[in-house]
Amino acid sequence: MSPIPNKHRDMLSTDRQVVAVPRNQAILAVVLRYRTAPLLPAVLVALFGLAALIHPSFGAFDVQSLALVALPLALAAVAQTAVVIGGGIDLSVGSLMAVSNVLAARSMQGASLSETCLLAVAVVVVGTACGALNGLIIIASGVPDVVVTLTTGFIWGGVALLILNQPGGGAPEEFVALGAGQLWPWIPNALLLLLAVVFFIWLPISRTRLFLGIYAVGSDRTAAFRSGVDVVRSVAASYAIGGLFCALGGLFLVMTTGIGSPLGSAHYTLSSIAAIVLGGVSLTGGRGQVFGPVLGAYILSFIPAILIFFEIDPNYGEVIQGGLIVGIVMAAGSLKLKGRSIQ
Amino acid sequence: MTKAPILNVSGLAKRFGKVVALQSASLSVAPGEVHALMGANGAGKSTLVKVLTGALRGDGGTILLNGEERSFRSPREAREGGIVSVYQDPALVPDLSIRDNFRVAGVDFDKGRPWFAKFGLDRLDPGMRAGDLPLAKLRMIDLARALASDPLILLLDEITASLSADLAELAFRAVRRWRDMGRSIIFISHRLAEISSICDRATVLRDGRTVGVIDPAAGHETDIVNLMLGRATDGLDDRPSDPSEMKPLNATNHMEVRGLSVGYRLRDVSFALRAGEVLGVAALEGQGQHELFECLSGLRAPDSGRILRQSRPVAFRHPADAIDAGIVLVPADRTEALLPHRSVRENVTLPDIRKVGSWAKLSLVADRTRAVRATAELEVDTRAESEVRQLSGGNQQKVVIARWIASGFEVLLCYDPTRGIDVGTKRQIYTLLRKMAAGGASVLLYTSELAEIRIACDRALVMFGGQIVGEVPASRADEAELLQMAHGIVSTHGTPAS
Repeated sequence: MSPIPNKHRDMLSTDRQVVAVPRNQAILAVVLRYRTAPLLPAVLVALFGLAALIHPSFGAFDVQSLALVALPLALAAVAQTAVVIGGGIDLSVGSLMAVSNVLAARSMQGASLSETCLLAVAVVVVGTACGALNGLIIIASGVPDVVVTLTTGFIWGGVALLILNQPGGGAPEEFVALGAGQLWPWIPNALLLLLAVVFFIWLPISRTRLFLGIYAVGSDRTAAFRSGVDVVRSVAASYAIGGLFCALGGLFLVMTTGIGSPLGSAHYTLSSIAAIVLGGVSLTGGRGQVFGPVLGAYILSFIPAILIFFEIDPNYGEVIQGGLIVGIVMAAGSLKLKGRSIQ
Repeated sequence: MTKAPILNVSGLAKRFGKVVALQSASLSVAPGEVHALMGANGAGKSTLVKVLTGALRGDGGTILLNGEERSFRSPREAREGGIVSVYQDPALVPDLSIRDNFRVAGVDFDKGRPWFAKFGLDRLDPGMRAGDLPLAKLRMIDLARALASDPLILLLDEITASLSADLAELAFRAVRRWRDMGRSIIFISHRLAEISSICDRATVLRDGRTVGVIDPAAGHETDIVNLMLGRATDGLDDRPSDPSEMKPLNATNHMEVRGLSVGYRLRDVSFALRAGEVLGVAALEGQGQHELFECLSGLRAPDSGRILRQSRPVAFRHPADAIDAGIVLVPADRTEALLPHRSVRENVTLPDIRKVGSWAKLSLVADRTRAVRATAELEVDTRAESEVRQLSGGNQQKVVIARWIASGFEVLLCYDPTRGIDVGTKRQIYTLLRKMAAGGASVLLYTSELAEIRIACDRALVMFGGQIVGEVPASRADEAELLQMAHGIVSTHGTPAS
């Protein structure tokens, strides 16, 4: 083989970075990479501004109620994020939250605070186990995740009704106050709890090699397998982590509502998907961070309030959520098609 | 080789249902050697590799690694046991950074740095997303990662496929250095020249058995091919058909291309494709050939320039337009053209469903007849005809060609059609291309193996940097000459394109 002079070496490589990419394509590339995530804080601030503008009495109370509404949804979104990053989807998020919610509310009623804490840990363990079960069924059966989690969702839903057939139960006041209270005016406990969960539970987990394996499996299963990632363990772990956050969401529901409700959590499944799509998590897996979905949950929780301010039927909220999912997924798809022409 | 082998495989068997992939494969690799694993497609090579790397479990036989009997249940276990592989398609996760790709495999990134330097990748930002890098770089990174994990056995599976010559040379240097450090490498390639230049010994598989261990030094090519095919063949280098050299120059043009451009990738390319010729395109990786074929097959609209069929300009908005104009594509990646879960018949007659009304009845009998005729003509091994994905790569490629033979065409675009295909099938495909040209069709053939231009083509265009830099008749298209031109070095013999 003839030696190749150095000056030709650069020309041989088909490096994308070597060639200057036109500006609009560079923007497109950024959008493709990070999707909606950079926009979300601005959207949230704009929503606050809008609320304050049309509703002059908008204040600490409204922030508090927003935080209360957003807390369980944010947890559902975080749960969904773990699963979707791993390349799956969990349609049992709402029902699993309901199970944890009624389990907690029924067992904690009349318990002491220390017992309550132990029970809370037990509920988290149960939720994690249910999530892991989802993952194991998917792997062992080879049945698509949508089908499996839709089915287990029905099962969890039935179990929730068996535990508590109507809204009821309760928890010690101190425990409820942990979530429903307000440490300082304008700073709701619900927000602090959420931040605590994100920083002290999600972030440490997401920096483990196990979670890196989840990202890898979601991005390219074959490459991950060949790189030595244990695919079975990663998929099971992604659903187990999802179950963990569902359980936390169910516990927080006890705090924010004071009771357990077997049917009150079903909508969290669709909303969690809306929140992660809004939060820039790729539904095809492998991409996404936690802050986007959390902000997405806040934005989605804001929509009914804004609708009420405008004196529009808040039931349009569901319509808007569904529309957002379809719209964003479609936009992402068409951007991807455009992006292909860059490459 | 008096040293105890580091890897000793004996009596390995593996069957899939009724299909026996391996019956009694053996392989013995000594410390400090580069050992080639050879065999035609379907010989059981890839099954052996999968069993060695833990992707599949063998049904019988033993694997002794360092004297210990081992059996791996996953690539992870194989990695931990000391067998690390690099494949044709790199095992890097697109959404992870380079550094995280090391971390996810449990390899220390700093150990990869010296290899990065040797591969000219030292200026690469380890925070870059793997999916943003070109294939060639990914493969070098994958190789660096494998070396950094310090394996007992490094398994390289077709790593030079579509790697540019200079990168391939860097990879070879790394392999030799690794060998000189007393390490062992299993090397799999379809390019005999590579094997004879780099490998110390070769194990040849046929029909799931090890049929010989030989010295693959240059000059033994015919023996190797005979051993692989189990029958005597003539040398590889002569043309499969009669070398009735030059086609009459006044033959009609089947297709003409004028000033075709796509961004900076393809710049002002013009040429004519005559009736009855096989026109080669010789180029290193990424010199615009991909974009050229995409434009011609209707997969992409050019930014400027025209395509003429029978002197009339045509514009394709969809591959169907190109097919209607008689221009059909055989892509390198069979899965781009085939429906993997459908039968051979359905895959062959797929283009014809457009000729039938949406609610009209398909004539399965007629379909069947045509499919059988086309597959028989191409000698497709149809033992697994109910699902195309079960065929070997070479047979899949033949199904793609059979499809176009069955539905008719005038211009056949072949984009590296023999990538990853064994020598025997390669020969059959080239014979077929010549036969079609002799029947009046035109073939535009891009192949990443320059040596094949002379075997299959009448003349060749050489592309470099998105442009056609030269045209050579097949008689003068020897590898060295083409390689020089493909590197953009002006040749003293070749006629520059006007």
